[in-house]
Formats: sequence, C-alpha cells, structure tokens
Amino acid sequence: MRADRVSFTLDSTLETVNNAEETAGRMAAEAGFDDEEVMKISMAVREAAVNAVLHGNAYDPSKKVTLAFELTPRDLVITIRDQGKGLDASKIPDPLAADNLMKTSGRGIFLIRSFMDVVEIHPSQTGTELKMIKHVRGSAADSKEASQ
Amino acid sequence: MTMKSSTRQVDGVTIVDLSGRITLGEGSVVLRDTVRDLLSKGHKKILLNLGDVNYIDSSGIGELVSAYTTCKNQGGELKLLNLTKKVHDLLQITKLYTVFDVKEDEAAAVKSFSK
Repeated sequence: MRADRVSFTLDSTLETVNNAEETAGRMAAEAGFDDEEVMKISMAVREAAVNAVLHGNAYDPSKKVTLAFELTPRDLVITIRDQGKGLDASKIPDPLAADNLMKTSGRGIFLIRSFMDVVEIHPSQTGTELKMIKHVRGSAADSKEASQ
Repeated sequence: MTMKSSTRQVDGVTIVDLSGRITLGEGSVVLRDTVRDLLSKGHKKILLNLGDVNYIDSSGIGELVSAYTTCKNQGGELKLLNLTKKVHDLLQITKLYTVFDVKEDEAAAVKSFSK
C-alpha cells in the first residue's frame, strides 16, 4: 500500500497560483490520471489557489498559503489552506442562478466542485482549509460510485 | 504561455485573434484592454477568435462576460469564434454557452453582424 504526501508553503502572490496549478498537473500526471483529468485537477487547484491568495490572504505578504498533496491507492487528496478571515461557504452565491449568470466573478468554487469528486470547505478564524479529492480510476471507491 | 492579441478588420467587423491563456493577471488584462480600446475608438462589432486559446480560468470567464456586457451596453455586438473543446466545455458547465453568440465559421460570423 502506497501513501505519498508532499506539502509546500507559498507566498500570497500570483506566482503561487501558477506554481500551484503546475505542481498539481505534474502530481496528477504522475498519479496516472489521463490528460483530461489532469486538466481538471490542475484547474481546480488553480481556482483554489486564487481563492487563497486573493480572497483569503488578500495578497498580504505576511500570510502564507499551504498546499499539500497526498496520494493513496484510492485517492489524490489535495489540501490548500490560507490565513484569511475564513470563507463562509453558505454565502457563496450560485453562479448558475439567473441573477448571477452575467456576474464577472463567483465561479471558482463552482468549478472546483465540478472538477473534483469530493470538496470540503473548513473555515475557521485563522483561515480556510479547502480539501479536494479525486478518486483514482479503478479504485474501490470509484467502482462503488460507478455501481450506484 | 501568456496571452497575445492582434486585431484585423473584415467588412466592418473587428476580429480579435487571441492566443494563449486567459487567466487571472496578464491574460485577463490583455483581453480587457483590447476590448476597451476598440470600443473607445468606435469599433463596436467585435468577433473574438478563441481558436488558439488553450486555457481559461474563472477570471478569464469573468472577463469574457465583462467584455460582452460592456460591448452590449455601448450598443455594440460581441461574438465568439472557434472555441476549443476546453473553452466550449467551460462555457457549457457555467451555462454561458447559450448567452454568448458562438460561431464556428469566420465568414459566416462576419456576415451575422448587423449592418
């Protein structure tokens, strides 16, 4: 049974967003995901990094973003944590609602949920932790979901 | 790869050939500045050729919406041409595909603008 974990501590900059996306793409490819899944995973991580850098840490140079990848036989688990005020998930508007469709922002979390199998948002007074899980194709979890 | 933008005029329509990534930062800014510059010069029939745009994030989607709305509010028309599969799929899942006027053939797209 294999369990690999790697984590990074990153500055609250746009460069972090690009680095997080690139790292996620590399990790997903190494985990054996196909090109389309790699794109979805790297895009989900990019959106999560944007949230952490912009909305969480608000580009504050004293605040860091922590990005962690864990590969188990069943899942690729990606966690990204900021040091902001804490995201209230209940206040995230539905970007597909008629009133919101033409808004120029507010689609990040929606895209993350669209691209990943499991998304958990854990806000606290010391920041927000966003946990994203992609099942490894052919794993027990994947087979179970496919049969439902 | 950053985004590049070039414009050309065809039968009164400004075609903007975009290539690269429309993402938070430079890519979104290039698109925003290009559209605003065109509108300020009175070019209100704009066809965004996205055939070489290989990546777009939520910020880029927002920028497309902003460009469309800004153009429309100024009495203009903005249409999209040659979507890649990635961009097409993104506009589908965000329900924006039916909002934008999306074209696949440049000549037909140019003719579709009001005279």
